[in-house]
Amino acid sequence: MTTQALKQGAARVSRRDAMVAAFLALFLGSVLTFGTGMAAPDAVHNAAHDWRHSMGFPCH
Amino acid sequence: MLRRVLISALFAGLLAGLATSALQAVTTTPLILQAETFESAESAAPAGGHDHAVPAGATAAAGHVHDEDAWAPADGIERLFYTTVANVVGGVGFALLLTAGFVLRGDSVGGRRGLLWGLAGFAAMTLSPSLGLPPEVPGSVAADLAARQVWWLSAVVTAALGLWLLAFGRSTLLKVVGVAVLALPHLVGAPHPHGGEAGIAPPELAARFAATSIVVSALTWALIGWLAGTVYERLGPPETGAETATA
Repeated sequence: MTTQALKQGAARVSRRDAMVAAFLALFLGSVLTFGTGMAAPDAVHNAAHDWRHSMGFPCH
Repeated sequence: MLRRVLISALFAGLLAGLATSALQAVTTTPLILQAETFESAESAAPAGGHDHAVPAGATAAAGHVHDEDAWAPADGIERLFYTTVANVVGGVGFALLLTAGFVLRGDSVGGRRGLLWGLAGFAAMTLSPSLGLPPEVPGSVAADLAARQVWWLSAVVTAALGLWLLAFGRSTLLKVVGVAVLALPHLVGAPHPHGGEAGIAPPELAARFAATSIVVSALTWALIGWLAGTVYERLGPPETGAETATA
Protein backbone atom coordinates (compact mmCIF):
# COMPACT_ATOMS: atom_id res chain seq x y z
CA MET A 1 0.00 0.00 0.00
CA THR A 2 1.37 3.38 -0.94
CA THR A 3 1.73 6.24 1.51
CA GLN A 4 -0.87 8.07 -0.54
CA ALA A 5 -3.42 5.28 -0.06
CA LEU A 6 -2.67 5.11 3.67
CA LYS A 7 -3.18 8.87 3.96
CA GLN A 8 -6.48 8.65 2.10
CA GLY A 9 -7.66 5.81 4.35
CA ALA A 10 -6.78 7.79 7.48
CA ALA A 11 -8.56 10.86 6.12
CA ARG A 12 -11.68 8.77 5.47
CA VAL A 13 -11.67 7.39 9.02
CA SER A 14 -11.18 10.84 10.59
CA ARG A 15 -13.94 12.25 8.36
CA ARG A 16 -16.29 9.49 9.57
CA ASP A 17 -15.28 10.19 13.19
CA ALA A 18 -16.05 13.86 12.66
CA MET A 19 -19.50 13.14 11.21
CA VAL A 20 -20.34 10.81 14.11
CA ALA A 21 -19.24 13.48 16.59
CA ALA A 22 -21.19 16.20 14.76
CA PHE A 23 -24.44 14.25 14.68
CA LEU A 24 -24.12 13.12 18.31
CA ALA A 25 -23.54 16.75 19.33
CA LEU A 26 -26.50 17.87 17.22
CA PHE A 27 -28.74 15.21 18.79
CA LEU A 28 -27.62 15.75 22.38
CA GLY A 29 -27.68 19.55 21.95
CA SER A 30 -31.25 19.41 20.64
CA VAL A 31 -32.38 17.17 23.50
CA LEU A 32 -30.83 19.48 26.14
CA THR A 33 -31.92 22.75 24.50
CA PHE A 34 -35.48 21.81 23.64
CA GLY A 35 -35.96 19.59 26.69
CA THR A 36 -35.12 22.54 28.94
CA GLY A 37 -36.95 25.04 26.76
CA MET A 38 -40.09 23.22 25.66
CA ALA A 39 -40.77 20.00 27.63
CA ALA A 40 -44.37 19.93 28.85
CA PRO A 41 -44.28 18.36 32.36
CA ASP A 42 -45.20 20.98 34.98
CA ALA A 43 -42.16 20.27 37.16
CA VAL A 44 -39.76 20.83 34.23
CA HIS A 45 -41.71 23.93 33.19
CA ASN A 46 -41.63 25.40 36.69
CA ALA A 47 -37.94 24.64 37.27
CA ALA A 48 -36.87 26.20 33.96
CA HIS A 49 -39.58 28.92 33.99
CA ASP A 50 -37.43 32.03 34.36
CA TRP A 51 -34.84 30.75 31.88
CA ARG A 52 -37.56 30.01 29.29
CA HIS A 53 -38.94 33.53 29.60
CA SER A 54 -35.49 35.14 29.53
CA MET A 55 -34.43 33.19 26.43
CA GLY A 56 -37.64 33.96 24.56
CA PHE A 57 -39.06 30.41 24.46
CA PRO A 58 -42.87 30.33 24.26
CA CYS A 59 -43.70 29.47 27.87
CA HIS A 60 -47.34 29.41 28.95
CA MET B 1 -13.14 14.32 17.84
CA LEU B 2 -16.11 13.50 20.05
CA ARG B 3 -14.03 14.23 23.17
CA ARG B 4 -12.99 17.60 21.72
CA VAL B 5 -16.62 18.52 20.95
CA LEU B 6 -17.96 17.43 24.34
CA ILE B 7 -15.26 19.19 26.37
CA SER B 8 -15.61 22.45 24.38
CA ALA B 9 -19.39 22.42 24.78
CA LEU B 10 -19.38 21.47 28.47
CA PHE B 11 -16.83 24.13 29.33
CA ALA B 12 -18.57 26.87 27.33
CA GLY B 13 -22.07 25.91 28.52
CA LEU B 14 -21.07 25.73 32.18
CA LEU B 15 -19.20 29.03 32.28
CA ALA B 16 -21.66 30.94 30.10
CA GLY B 17 -24.59 29.44 32.03
CA LEU B 18 -23.19 30.67 35.34
CA ALA B 19 -22.40 34.12 33.93
CA THR B 20 -25.86 34.42 32.36
CA SER B 21 -27.55 33.42 35.62
CA ALA B 22 -25.77 36.28 37.39
CA LEU B 23 -26.74 38.66 34.58
CA GLN B 24 -30.38 37.53 34.60
CA ALA B 25 -30.59 37.94 38.37
CA VAL B 26 -30.14 41.71 37.92
CA THR B 27 -31.86 42.17 34.53
CA THR B 28 -34.69 39.86 33.46
CA THR B 29 -35.62 38.09 36.73
CA PRO B 30 -36.66 41.30 38.57
CA LEU B 31 -38.95 42.11 35.62
CA ILE B 32 -40.47 38.59 35.74
CA LEU B 33 -41.09 38.94 39.48
CA GLN B 34 -42.63 42.37 38.93
CA ALA B 35 -44.93 40.97 36.24
CA GLU B 36 -45.97 38.16 38.58
CA THR B 37 -47.18 40.68 41.16
CA PHE B 38 -49.74 41.85 38.55
CA GLU B 39 -50.68 38.23 37.88
CA SER B 40 -51.28 37.43 41.56
CA ALA B 41 -53.19 40.71 42.03
CA GLU B 42 -55.36 39.67 39.09
CA SER B 43 -56.08 36.19 40.45
CA ALA B 44 -56.79 37.64 43.93
CA ALA B 45 -59.31 40.15 42.53
CA PRO B 46 -62.99 39.25 43.03
CA ALA B 47 -64.73 37.74 40.04
CA GLY B 48 -66.99 40.05 38.10
CA GLY B 49 -66.64 43.82 37.91
CA HIS B 50 -64.33 43.72 34.94
CA ASP B 51 -64.05 40.91 32.47
CA HIS B 52 -60.72 39.45 31.44
CA ALA B 53 -62.21 36.42 29.75
CA VAL B 54 -59.69 34.84 27.42
CA PRO B 55 -61.15 34.01 24.02
CA ALA B 56 -61.02 30.55 22.50
CA GLY B 57 -57.58 29.70 21.12
CA ALA B 58 -55.80 32.05 23.52
CA THR B 59 -54.30 31.47 26.93
CA ALA B 60 -52.99 33.86 29.54
CA ALA B 61 -50.82 33.60 32.63
CA ALA B 62 -49.24 30.57 34.24
CA GLY B 63 -51.81 29.98 36.95
CA HIS B 64 -54.63 29.66 34.44
CA VAL B 65 -53.20 26.82 32.40
CA HIS B 66 -50.85 24.98 34.73
CA ASP B 67 -51.71 22.68 37.60
CA GLU B 68 -51.47 24.78 40.77
CA ASP B 69 -50.52 21.67 42.79
CA ALA B 70 -47.50 20.83 40.63
CA TRP B 71 -44.07 21.17 42.19
CA ALA B 72 -42.41 24.54 41.72
CA PRO B 73 -39.23 25.90 43.29
CA ALA B 74 -39.84 28.24 46.24
CA ASP B 75 -39.10 31.90 45.56
CA GLY B 76 -35.60 33.04 46.53
CA ILE B 77 -32.52 30.82 46.62
CA GLU B 78 -34.31 27.68 45.41
CA ARG B 79 -35.78 29.43 42.38
CA LEU B 80 -32.39 31.01 41.59
CA PHE B 81 -30.77 27.57 41.88
CA TYR B 82 -33.14 25.95 39.37
CA THR B 83 -32.83 28.90 36.99
CA THR B 84 -29.05 28.46 37.16
CA VAL B 85 -29.39 24.72 36.45
CA ALA B 86 -31.60 25.52 33.43
CA ASN B 87 -29.03 28.09 32.26
CA VAL B 88 -26.20 25.57 32.47
CA VAL B 89 -28.11 22.66 30.88
CA GLY B 90 -29.55 24.90 28.17
CA GLY B 91 -26.17 26.59 27.69
CA VAL B 92 -24.47 23.20 27.16
CA GLY B 93 -27.25 22.42 24.67
CA PHE B 94 -26.60 25.67 22.77
CA ALA B 95 -22.85 25.02 22.85
CA LEU B 96 -23.30 21.46 21.51
CA LEU B 97 -25.37 22.77 18.59
CA LEU B 98 -22.63 25.31 17.83
CA THR B 99 -19.74 22.83 18.04
CA ALA B 100 -21.72 20.44 15.82
CA GLY B 101 -21.67 23.33 13.33
CA PHE B 102 -17.88 23.75 13.76
CA VAL B 103 -17.36 20.05 12.93
CA LEU B 104 -19.83 19.92 10.03
CA ARG B 105 -18.19 22.96 8.49
CA GLY B 106 -14.69 21.63 9.14
CA ASP B 107 -12.89 25.01 9.20
CA SER B 108 -10.54 25.87 12.02
CA VAL B 109 -12.38 27.78 14.74
CA GLY B 110 -10.79 29.86 17.48
CA GLY B 111 -12.16 32.48 19.85
CA ARG B 112 -12.78 35.12 17.18
CA ARG B 113 -14.55 32.87 14.70
CA GLY B 114 -16.35 31.24 17.63
CA LEU B 115 -17.73 34.68 18.49
CA LEU B 116 -19.20 34.97 14.97
CA TRP B 117 -20.70 31.48 15.27
CA GLY B 118 -22.22 32.50 18.61
CA LEU B 119 -23.77 35.63 17.10
CA ALA B 120 -25.21 33.50 14.30
CA GLY B 121 -26.69 31.21 16.97
CA PHE B 122 -28.22 34.29 18.60
CA ALA B 123 -29.66 35.42 15.26
CA ALA B 124 -31.17 31.99 14.63
CA MET B 125 -32.48 31.18 18.08
CA THR B 126 -33.47 34.62 19.40
CA LEU B 127 -33.67 37.29 16.70
CA SER B 128 -35.60 35.35 14.09
CA PRO B 129 -38.36 33.97 16.38
CA SER B 130 -38.56 37.35 18.19
CA LEU B 131 -39.88 38.99 15.05
CA GLY B 132 -43.06 36.89 15.25
CA LEU B 133 -43.14 35.97 18.94
CA PRO B 134 -41.24 38.52 21.05
CA PRO B 135 -40.03 37.25 24.46
CA GLU B 136 -43.11 37.25 26.73
CA VAL B 137 -43.30 38.50 30.26
CA PRO B 138 -45.53 36.31 32.52
CA GLY B 139 -49.16 37.35 32.14
CA SER B 140 -49.01 38.05 28.40
CA VAL B 141 -51.96 37.05 26.25
CA ALA B 142 -50.87 34.62 23.58
CA ALA B 143 -52.14 31.99 21.17
CA ASP B 144 -52.18 28.28 21.96
CA LEU B 145 -48.81 27.10 23.37
CA ALA B 146 -48.33 24.10 21.04
CA ALA B 147 -48.99 26.26 17.96
CA ARG B 148 -46.48 28.85 19.17
CA GLN B 149 -43.87 26.19 19.94
CA VAL B 150 -44.22 24.72 16.45
CA TRP B 151 -43.90 28.16 14.82
CA TRP B 152 -41.01 29.14 17.12
CA LEU B 153 -39.10 25.95 16.32
CA SER B 154 -39.69 26.34 12.58
CA ALA B 155 -38.41 29.95 12.74
CA VAL B 156 -35.25 28.73 14.53
CA VAL B 157 -34.53 25.82 12.19
CA THR B 158 -35.17 27.79 8.99
CA ALA B 159 -33.05 30.69 10.28
CA ALA B 160 -30.14 28.32 11.04
CA LEU B 161 -30.44 26.69 7.62
CA GLY B 162 -30.87 30.01 5.82
CA LEU B 163 -27.88 31.58 7.57
CA TRP B 164 -25.76 28.51 6.75
CA LEU B 165 -26.65 28.82 3.05
CA LEU B 166 -26.03 32.58 3.11
CA ALA B 167 -22.63 32.22 4.78
CA PHE B 168 -21.36 29.07 3.05
CA GLY B 169 -23.42 28.70 -0.14
CA ARG B 170 -21.05 28.66 -3.12
CA SER B 171 -23.43 30.17 -5.66
CA THR B 172 -25.65 33.22 -5.69
CA LEU B 173 -28.64 30.91 -6.20
CA LEU B 174 -27.88 29.09 -2.94
CA LYS B 175 -27.64 32.40 -1.10
CA VAL B 176 -30.98 33.51 -2.53
CA VAL B 177 -32.50 30.19 -1.45
CA GLY B 178 -31.01 30.88 2.01
CA VAL B 179 -32.83 34.20 2.26
CA ALA B 180 -36.09 32.60 1.09
CA VAL B 181 -35.79 29.78 3.66
CA LEU B 182 -35.04 32.33 6.38
CA ALA B 183 -38.08 34.45 5.47
CA LEU B 184 -40.56 31.58 5.05
CA PRO B 185 -42.01 31.31 8.61
CA HIS B 186 -42.31 35.11 8.75
CA LEU B 187 -44.27 35.16 5.49
CA VAL B 188 -46.57 32.48 6.93
CA GLY B 189 -46.85 34.48 10.16
CA ALA B 190 -46.70 33.55 13.85
CA PRO B 191 -49.86 32.42 15.67
CA HIS B 192 -51.52 35.29 17.57
CA PRO B 193 -54.86 35.61 19.36
CA HIS B 194 -57.33 37.39 17.11
CA GLY B 195 -59.12 39.88 19.34
CA GLY B 196 -56.22 42.25 20.10
CA GLU B 197 -56.56 41.55 23.87
CA ALA B 198 -54.14 43.12 26.35
CA GLY B 199 -52.11 41.12 28.86
CA ILE B 200 -52.14 41.65 32.61
CA ALA B 201 -48.67 43.20 32.88
CA PRO B 202 -48.34 46.86 31.78
CA PRO B 203 -47.15 47.25 28.16
CA GLU B 204 -44.11 49.28 29.30
CA LEU B 205 -42.99 46.38 31.47
CA ALA B 206 -43.61 43.87 28.66
CA ALA B 207 -41.61 45.98 26.19
CA ARG B 208 -38.74 46.42 28.62
CA PHE B 209 -38.70 42.70 29.28
CA ALA B 210 -38.61 41.83 25.57
CA ALA B 211 -35.73 44.22 24.88
CA THR B 212 -33.79 43.17 27.98
CA SER B 213 -34.06 39.46 27.32
CA ILE B 214 -32.93 39.90 23.70
CA VAL B 215 -29.81 41.73 24.92
CA VAL B 216 -29.12 39.09 27.61
CA SER B 217 -29.50 36.34 25.02
CA ALA B 218 -27.04 38.11 22.69
CA LEU B 219 -24.45 38.28 25.48
CA THR B 220 -25.02 34.61 26.36
CA TRP B 221 -24.56 33.43 22.77
CA ALA B 222 -21.51 35.64 22.23
CA LEU B 223 -19.90 34.21 25.36
CA ILE B 224 -20.78 30.61 24.44
CA GLY B 225 -19.38 31.05 20.92
CA TRP B 226 -16.18 32.68 22.08
CA LEU B 227 -15.56 30.11 24.86
CA ALA B 228 -16.46 27.07 22.72
CA GLY B 229 -14.27 28.33 19.85
CA THR B 230 -11.33 28.99 22.15
CA VAL B 231 -11.42 25.54 23.78
CA TYR B 232 -12.13 23.79 20.46
CA GLU B 233 -8.97 25.32 19.00
CA ARG B 234 -6.84 24.44 22.05
CA LEU B 235 -7.91 20.78 21.91
CA GLY B 236 -7.31 20.47 18.17
CA PRO B 237 -4.47 18.23 16.97
CA PRO B 238 -1.37 20.36 16.23
CA GLU B 239 -0.83 18.58 12.88
CA THR B 240 -4.24 19.77 11.58
CA GLY B 241 -2.79 23.21 11.00
CA ALA B 242 0.12 21.80 8.96
CA GLU B 243 -2.25 19.61 6.89
CA THR B 244 -4.55 22.46 5.99
CA ALA B 245 -1.51 24.61 5.20
CA THR B 246 -0.24 22.08 2.64
CA ALA B 247 -3.70 21.20 1.29
